[in-house]
Amino acid sequence: MQMVIWGFVSQHFSSSSPELTAGGILISVVLVWDCLFRSHISYTLSFLEELWSRNLGNLFVSPLRPSELIAALASISMMRTLIGMLPAAFLAIPFFDVSVFEMGLPLLGFFLNLVLTGWAISQFVTGILIRYGLGAESLTWVLPFLIAPFSCIYYPLSTLPEWMQLVAVFVPTTYVFEGMRALLIDGVFNVEYMLQGFSLNLVYLFIGLWAFFASFQAARRHGLLLQSGE
Amino acid sequence: MKTILQIEKLTKKFSNVLAVDSLSFALEEGSITALLGGNGAGKTTTLSMLLGLLEPTSGQIKLFDRDFIQDRHSVLSRMNFSSPYVDLPQRLTVRQNLTVYAKLYGVRKVRERINLVSEEFRLEDLLDRRVRKLSSGQKTRVSLAKSMINRPDFLLLDEPTASLDPDTTSWIREFLKKYRIEQGATILLASHDMREVELLCDEVLLMKNGKLVEQGSPEELLRRHDRKSLEEVFLDVSRQGGGN
Repeated sequence: MQMVIWGFVSQHFSSSSPELTAGGILISVVLVWDCLFRSHISYTLSFLEELWSRNLGNLFVSPLRPSELIAALASISMMRTLIGMLPAAFLAIPFFDVSVFEMGLPLLGFFLNLVLTGWAISQFVTGILIRYGLGAESLTWVLPFLIAPFSCIYYPLSTLPEWMQLVAVFVPTTYVFEGMRALLIDGVFNVEYMLQGFSLNLVYLFIGLWAFFASFQAARRHGLLLQSGE
Repeated sequence: MKTILQIEKLTKKFSNVLAVDSLSFALEEGSITALLGGNGAGKTTTLSMLLGLLEPTSGQIKLFDRDFIQDRHSVLSRMNFSSPYVDLPQRLTVRQNLTVYAKLYGVRKVRERINLVSEEFRLEDLLDRRVRKLSSGQKTRVSLAKSMINRPDFLLLDEPTASLDPDTTSWIREFLKKYRIEQGATILLASHDMREVELLCDEVLLMKNGKLVEQGSPEELLRRHDRKSLEEVFLDVSRQGGGN
């Protein structure tokens, strides 16, 4: 639906402000941004389903290790993201004459960067959910939207006020969308943006993992695993 | 008889509350033991520590000759549990749930094992129903079937016959007795059903305020307290001072 709505918006702007839609940029960024949202939601929802059904106790007394649970959640997230994104990306070709696949290999880099950001947020959120229970569920929905204004999805970094730019340079998605604009509008693939995105993602993934394991240990100390979901 | 579980000075403190206070006991292979106590006695806390869900403040748990606190993953595949405090994913069918847990526990020949446990727990007609559509009694049977999916050597049961009708309760009791003999399994159960404990258990551990205050076979406890039922013994102990 996002693709359909933004496709029509893009068509509308293409006549009045063609610079906004050059190279199919508007639809492309919407589709690619959705990768982050989907990867995060798929990961976190799978975990929430275990909480809602009070199944964490069963899982954590089985031989399943927390690291294996993380790997399983990430795999499910990747599958769901691809299942959600690929049809939308293919449909954009006949409907709006925009193919994100024309970006070539860099698309894979942008995609992976956003998926990793989604997972980093999810690890942080699932850690909080383990520690504080379903009372913290709203964080699941709010966090991706909190980083959206700093991610420079629809506008370049220079548009932001100075204080926001200071924050945005620490947000990995900023480099994804700056890189996409450089590729789609100027036809230049900026390796530096890609590497900066990946580097920041690795840092946040590490912090997310640390938050998850620290929360898991705290939950084991405070006896929260058996009561989770109640 | 071989000791499979040895607990020494197991203690759990939550802030200023001493939930389990220097608990020590051992379970022998093939025994069925009841963990009894009033609300807040420390039963669930003890079970949680034995399941690895709760980290003890101090003390030791030796299970199957391993240090369970340091290395629980090496023995978790030989254990299982069932509790009314946890549930199974509601969206999945009984068969899907059992399949997931069979795989998590590394069960070979998953289909045959599911057919067997569903027969044992009379779940054949429920296998393709979603868990959310089941009655609480049916859910208890599914939870017990899940706890048997890996044929555990050590089974922990919290209120195993909660929500079951008298006929099914009696049948589950007989099943557990048979399972213990056939598998040589050790069973530790927490229950408020004193009749069940008398009929099923070889040993009773009675907790009060986090401490073990009585231990012995049901017959020994009846003799010691000069009572006719475990319920009377339980009431005697609960109303006595001590254990603080």
